[in-house]
Amino acid sequence: MAQETHQVEHAHAEGGHASLRTYVIIGVILTVVTAIEVAISYIPAMEPVEVPLLLALSFAKFMLVVLFYMHLKFDSKIFSRVFYGLSLLAALLISGLLLFHVVLGEYRT
Amino acid sequence: MATIEAHAPAHAHAGPARPTGIRDWLSTVDHKKIGLLYGVTALFFFLVGGIEALLIRIQLAKPENAFINPDLYNQIFTMHGTTMVFLVGMPIAVAMFNYFVPLQIGARDVAFPRLNALSYWIFLFGAIFMNMSFLFGAAPNGGWFGYANLSSTQYSPGLNMDFWGLGLQILGVASIMGGVNFITTIINMRAPGMRMMRVPLFSWMALVTSFLMITALPVLAVALFLMTFDRFWGTRFFDVAAGGDPVIWQHLFWMFGHPEVYILILPAFGIVSEIIPTNSRKPLFGYAVMVYSGVLIGIIGWGVWAHHMFATGMGPIADAFFTISTMIIAIPTGVKIFNWVATMWGGKIRFNTAMLYAVGMVATFTIGGISGVMHATSPHNLQQTDTYFVVAHFHYVLVGGLILAIFGSFYHWFPKITGRMMDERLGKANFWIYFIGFNLTFMPMHWIGLLGMPRRIFTYGSDLNLAGLNQLATAGAFIQAIGVILLVVNIVKSAKRGVKAGPNPWGAATLEWATESPPREYNFAKIPTVHSREPLWVEAEQIERDARGEPEPMHMPPNSYWPLFTAVGVTLTCVLFMAPSWWEPLIGLAWTFIGVVNWAYEPT
Amino acid sequence: MAQTDAHALHPPTSTGLNTWKLGFWVFLSSETLFFGSFIATYMVYKSASVVGPFPTEILDIPLTSISTFVLLMSSLAVVVGLDGIQKGKRKQALAGLFTTVLLGALFLGFQAYEFTHFYHAGLTLQTNLFGSSFFILTGFHGAHVSIGIIWLFILFMDILRGPMVPEKHALQVEVAGLYWHFVDIVWIVIFTLIYLLA
Repeated sequence: MAQETHQVEHAHAEGGHASLRTYVIIGVILTVVTAIEVAISYIPAMEPVEVPLLLALSFAKFMLVVLFYMHLKFDSKIFSRVFYGLSLLAALLISGLLLFHVVLGEYRT
Repeated sequence: MATIEAHAPAHAHAGPARPTGIRDWLSTVDHKKIGLLYGVTALFFFLVGGIEALLIRIQLAKPENAFINPDLYNQIFTMHGTTMVFLVGMPIAVAMFNYFVPLQIGARDVAFPRLNALSYWIFLFGAIFMNMSFLFGAAPNGGWFGYANLSSTQYSPGLNMDFWGLGLQILGVASIMGGVNFITTIINMRAPGMRMMRVPLFSWMALVTSFLMITALPVLAVALFLMTFDRFWGTRFFDVAAGGDPVIWQHLFWMFGHPEVYILILPAFGIVSEIIPTNSRKPLFGYAVMVYSGVLIGIIGWGVWAHHMFATGMGPIADAFFTISTMIIAIPTGVKIFNWVATMWGGKIRFNTAMLYAVGMVATFTIGGISGVMHATSPHNLQQTDTYFVVAHFHYVLVGGLILAIFGSFYHWFPKITGRMMDERLGKANFWIYFIGFNLTFMPMHWIGLLGMPRRIFTYGSDLNLAGLNQLATAGAFIQAIGVILLVVNIVKSAKRGVKAGPNPWGAATLEWATESPPREYNFAKIPTVHSREPLWVEAEQIERDARGEPEPMHMPPNSYWPLFTAVGVTLTCVLFMAPSWWEPLIGLAWTFIGVVNWAYEPT
Repeated sequence: MAQTDAHALHPPTSTGLNTWKLGFWVFLSSETLFFGSFIATYMVYKSASVVGPFPTEILDIPLTSISTFVLLMSSLAVVVGLDGIQKGKRKQALAGLFTTVLLGALFLGFQAYEFTHFYHAGLTLQTNLFGSSFFILTGFHGAHVSIGIIWLFILFMDILRGPMVPEKHALQVEVAGLYWHFVDIVWIVIFTLIYLLA
């Protein structure tokens, strides 16, 4: 939740963004990672590690966009706390539903 | 959006001229007026829901009664639950948030005043829409949690559950917007020096409640979309023959539904945490722990949803998990109860009506809490599921918790809202009659439930020995009704002829009591700077001078009709899903679009 | 969209943060639960269909890779546009916003093509649970994309027709951009969970 933050630095931090160059580099990385993801899903040898690898890469892309394009790396901690907190809740609910309903479904009585 | 910016002459503390009368109410963006609108609307629906409850109790007063036919009975108990949760419990808390959160944190309005008006109008239209179903003889009849497959077109072919699904969708939009508004307000609009750990408990609980609203209601929205797609467009999410799964409805509904329980009760915790210290004339015991336990309840409240579903047979691992998580939530709740008691300990207690309600709430909520822990034990739960024992439990927490606290808050804050005191003699009669009636209604239901009477059944056999206890409950319900009538009489009478109240009749500590009663439009002449948790006990002189002095130059947002206009569009979009053609909701979307664009370009 | 700078007549906010931006972050956080629930529903239902077509038979990964790329590049275009406004470069701002709208529309075009293709391949909203949960999830995502396109297009026209006011437009485009990136990250999750892990 919100913390008391009267520090002036936040007022300045609001304006802080990455440079145009960084944006383009991030764009290139996102493209490359997407290409790697697609490749992984087509290479049969990758099958045993496919799921964790794709989830990790997807998470990396998610974080790149959030940190740089949505400026959370440079912006107030309050935004980060609220957004990460509730995204985590959403992720836990997805996993909770899958765990209790699908994975443990075989134990259903 | 609204508050943020405008150029006004430096002396214009009241902004441009306001329209008067009904036009002002239709276009107001003042948080206090919107709070009153919410409060009056919720109180009206409390009477509607109460009448539905009385009809239920009349029908159950004797075995094999034929007062209401089974079909109408289904509609009435469904609408009783839906009304009390969505049209009374949530909006009445929001009414209190609206009126008092900005005052308590030292703000002139909420963060987004026009959005606040939009929330109210959408709520009002959703509530009217839901109750319009009675005119079609097709009120929702599938229970307030609308279980699949009972809610599918196969088992509910009429319009009934369409009204329910679309109506809740409308109400959910209003709650999400309200939640966003209050979170932003509490984080961003505090007076100088009002650190988070100086924010009054009521506003803290408003913050936690708002977080629950913005997280729980989207889940309900998704569940309702699945249901309405099943009903309108032939998907088969809950149809087992197509591979669908009705238990998914239960998961999604209770992922919303359990946080919803805390949406209803945390405001009550906040209210009691204001009334008890004020009337014990002691600071709240363990303020920080009260804040943390409230936050903790909000967080753990997300991990207990499936304790509503033990009877679906989730298997031992899930049962164990949800049993334990549910029991853990009793810890922060118990902490709160002990802290209230410790606040009273050694205090100079003044038993005015508000205090009676607050203490009554602590007692009855504890009873409801204990039966709650009994349900948490999954084997125990299987015995109690779908019996009147459950009905007794959740009425003890929701009526004994929320409603008692809300009535107490009326007595506590009425002088601030109207500038007049409520009648204490009538108030005490009101409390005792309501309190006795309440216990008389719901205490016997524990036994009725343990004897095996199921919920939602329109009658029972005369050979079951349930008549006596049921008659007691019915008598209690009517005594409660007398209590409610006394409350309404007291409100109306005191608003006209009550003794004038000063700014701070109870000698309370929080900022809202520094303003005039009723507060002026801009709340504080000059936003005070606070240095403590109990500003009016520690530094009253300076703060009262700031609050009630000559107003500083300021800008207040002007009235706007666009919230009302946009709310019509949003409601129309949902309502037109009931129309025969697929394109008709687009009319509502277009209307909303016009509203939003005009809203965006309106000067504020 | 009103101006949002702190003005002399308004007390400064308690965190120093812009109120509109804070409110919008809170709203986006709420949206994670909305899409989270739809994704959860999809994950539960994707293999529950009793009749085909099934995900692996019909999902076209190469095509969707391209549309994913299009959406990622549109996110880049927004930040380029925003950078232009902040630096007072009107042409860069207009080019960035216009490209975003164009790429967004292209993404919707891909989606429309995909939906029609599925329809001809025998997968509709009613065919099976995979179809129902797929169309409802991607449909709601598409609706969000459409709103974003309209929003950014209005801002684009605003800057095109009048003078560019960096103090005003920077915040407006930043918030609209947050929405756009959010739609993008939802798609990042959907692409992996629905297409790649089919």
